[in-house]
Amino acid sequence: MTEVLIKVGLLAGAALTGAITFTIMDVKGASWMQRRPGPLHVGLRGFIFPVAEILKFIQKEDIIPTEVDRPVFKWAPAYVMVSCVALFAVVPLSPTLVVADLELGVFFALAISSLGTIGVLTAGWSSANKYSLMGGLRAAGQLIAYELPLILAVVGVVIQAETMSLVGIVEKQIEWGVPFVVGGQIVGFLIFMVAATAEMMRVPFDMPIGESELTMGFMTEYSGIRFLIFYISEYMNMFILCAIASTLFLGGYHVPLLPTEWVNFYGPIVLLTKTAILGFILVAIRWSQPRFREDQLQNLAWKILIPASLVNILVTAIMKVGF
Amino acid sequence: MVNALDPQNIKNFSEASVSVEIETEDMTLNIGPQHPSTHGVLRLVAKVDGEKVHDVKPVLGYMHRGYEKLAEVRTYPQITTLVNRIDWVAGFSNEIPFIAGAERLMEIEVPDRAKYIRLILTEMARISSHFVFNGAYALEVGALTPIFYAMEDRERVLDLIESVTGGRFHPNFNRIGGVKPAAGAGPTTKKNIQDLPAGFYRDTKIAMQKVIEAADQFQNLIGGNEVFKKRTKDVGVLTPEIAEAFGVSGPILRASGVKSDLRTQTDYLPYDQFEYEIPVGENGDCYDRWDVRVKEMVESAKIVLQAIDSMPSGPLQAKVPKVIKVPKGRTYVRAENPKGEMGYYIISDGGLGPYRLKVRTASFSNISILPNLLEGALLPDLIAIMGSLDFVLGDVDR
Repeated sequence: MTEVLIKVGLLAGAALTGAITFTIMDVKGASWMQRRPGPLHVGLRGFIFPVAEILKFIQKEDIIPTEVDRPVFKWAPAYVMVSCVALFAVVPLSPTLVVADLELGVFFALAISSLGTIGVLTAGWSSANKYSLMGGLRAAGQLIAYELPLILAVVGVVIQAETMSLVGIVEKQIEWGVPFVVGGQIVGFLIFMVAATAEMMRVPFDMPIGESELTMGFMTEYSGIRFLIFYISEYMNMFILCAIASTLFLGGYHVPLLPTEWVNFYGPIVLLTKTAILGFILVAIRWSQPRFREDQLQNLAWKILIPASLVNILVTAIMKVGF
Repeated sequence: MVNALDPQNIKNFSEASVSVEIETEDMTLNIGPQHPSTHGVLRLVAKVDGEKVHDVKPVLGYMHRGYEKLAEVRTYPQITTLVNRIDWVAGFSNEIPFIAGAERLMEIEVPDRAKYIRLILTEMARISSHFVFNGAYALEVGALTPIFYAMEDRERVLDLIESVTGGRFHPNFNRIGGVKPAAGAGPTTKKNIQDLPAGFYRDTKIAMQKVIEAADQFQNLIGGNEVFKKRTKDVGVLTPEIAEAFGVSGPILRASGVKSDLRTQTDYLPYDQFEYEIPVGENGDCYDRWDVRVKEMVESAKIVLQAIDSMPSGPLQAKVPKVIKVPKGRTYVRAENPKGEMGYYIISDGGLGPYRLKVRTASFSNISILPNLLEGALLPDLIAIMGSLDFVLGDVDR
C-alpha cells in the first residue's frame, strides 16, 4: 500500500515538474524567438515564475456562471488532467525505473490519452457559451481525427518491436543497435509528431482554443484553479507525449554506444534530454506558425496522414515478414 | 416539393424513399464589441451554421465621439487636436486634409519646406500604420511572433515622428499656413532656427533602410509561410466592381486591381515630384490585401528618402493673421491615408470655426463591404477577412 502511495506521489510530482519545466521552456522560447527578455523578475531571473503563476491562479476566485451545467462544468478539467497524469505511469526512465511496466503499455497509453477528449467536449458543452460550444466541437472533431494517425503510427512500431510493452520496445531498439526512427520508422515518427501536436491542441492546430477567433474556446468560461488545471494539463500533455515519442521512436532511455549495465544511472537523463529536444521543436513551431483552418486540418488528417500511416504499416509488415 | 412520405405520391413501393433533412436553425453568434479580433469595439452579429458563416451584420457606434459636432464649437487651430484622434494609428495623416482645406479657403500658399515636412511625416505615419497591420493581421490568423517584430520596427519610425513633433500618436503638428516650429526650438526664440531636429536626416535614412529590410523580412516570415498562404489565398475575394460600388478605397481597392491612388490624383502634398510605384494586386483576396500594404511600406520609405535628399530650404510658416478666420465658403479636400480615402468637407460662414465639418473616413466605407465577402466563408475566414480590411474603430465611428 505504501509503495503504491509513494508511486502515485512520485507520479503527480513528476507530472507537475514536467509541466513546469515545459512552461518555462515555452515562455522563454517564445521570448527568445520574439527578441524580448521574457519573465525576469520572479526569482532566479524569472525561472520560477510558473510557481508564482500557479499560486496566483489558486488564489483567484473560481467563477462559475449561473447558466452552466454545474457538475459537468466542475468535473471537466479533472478528466483532462487525469488523462495526462495517468500517462506518466507507463513511461520507463530505465528498465526498472517505471511505475508500471504493463504488458499492453502502448495500448494503455493510447486509450488513456483519449480520455482527455471527454473533458474538453464536456467543458465546451456545459459552459453555456457559444464560443465554448464551438471550441468543444472543434476539439472533439480534431481529437477524433488525429487519434487515428496517432494509433496507426504506433502500430508500425509495435509490429517492428513485436511487443506492446514500452520497456520491451526500448529493449528491442537496444537490441537493434539503432532507434526505430533510423531503423525504418521515420514516416511513422513524423506522423506521430504531427498527430501529437494536434492532440495537444498547439499551434498550428490550436483551433479549439483559437484565441483570435473563439476568444479561448472551451476554456472561455473557466477561471481560477479550474483554468489552471487546463493550463497545466496542456503542458503535462506536451511533456508526456514527447516522452512517449522518445520512447517509441528515439530509443527511450538508451543511446547507442553507452554501456547497458549503467542504464539505471544515465537512463532518466537521456530520456529527459530527448524529451526536451522534441519539446523545443514544438515550441519553435508554436511561435513561428499561423493557425490552420478547421477544414484544412481535417483534410490533413483524413487525406494525408491516415493513408500515409496505413502505407507505413503495410511497408513495415512486408519488411517484417519478408526479411 | 413532392412529399416522399405521402402515400399518394408513391406508385411503386420500390420508389418509396425517405428523405428527411433535419432542418436546423442558424445560430446567432455575437462577435464583439469585446473580442480580441475586432480592433476595439466593432460588433458583428453573425449567422453561423456550425463553422459556416452565412451572414454578418456590423453594428457600429460603440466608439462614437461626436467629433463632427465638436468641431462646430471649436476654432480651426483647436480642431487639429480632435482630428488626429480619428485614426489614431496614423494620427499625423488625419491632420493634413483638414489643414489643407482651411488653407484652400483662406488662399494661403504653404512654403515648400513645410509641405515637404508634412509629406515626410505623412509617409512615416503610413509606414507605422502598415507595421501595425502586419503584426495584427498575423496575430489574427494565429501567428503570435510577427507582432513583436512589427512593433519593434515601428518604434524607430515613431521615434522619428516624436523627435520632430513631440508626439508619437497625436502630433498636433500642423498649423494653418505651415507646420509648428520643431520641438526644442523654444517658445520665445523667434530668431533661432526653428526647424527639424539635429541628426534628423541621418536617423531617417537609417530608419527607412530598416523599414525596407523589415518589409523584406515580412515577405519571408509571413508571406512565405505555407499556412499563411493557405489561410489567405482565395479567401474573401473582392471584385473591382463591388469595391468601387461600395466606395472602398486605399490598399483594399488597389489589391483588387484598381490603380487608384489619391497621391497621384490630387495635389494636397507635392507627391508629383517623387518617383514611386503604386503596388496593385491581382486577385483581390486577403493575401493581396496584405501584400499590397507590405509593398506600399517600401514605396513610402523610398518617397521619404527622396524627400530627404531634395529637401528645399526656406520658412516653415506662411504669413497668416493672428486670429484665424476662414472666409465664407465650402470646400472638400481628400487625401490618401493609410486606410484609404479621407476627406473633410468644410463649410465656413466666416467665423473662427467651421459652420459644419463632415469627415469622410476610409474605414467606414471599407467595413461596409464585409457582408459581401462571405461567399462560402468559415468562421476563421471571417476573422481573416475582417483583419485584412485593416480598420480602426475611431476611423469608423469618429
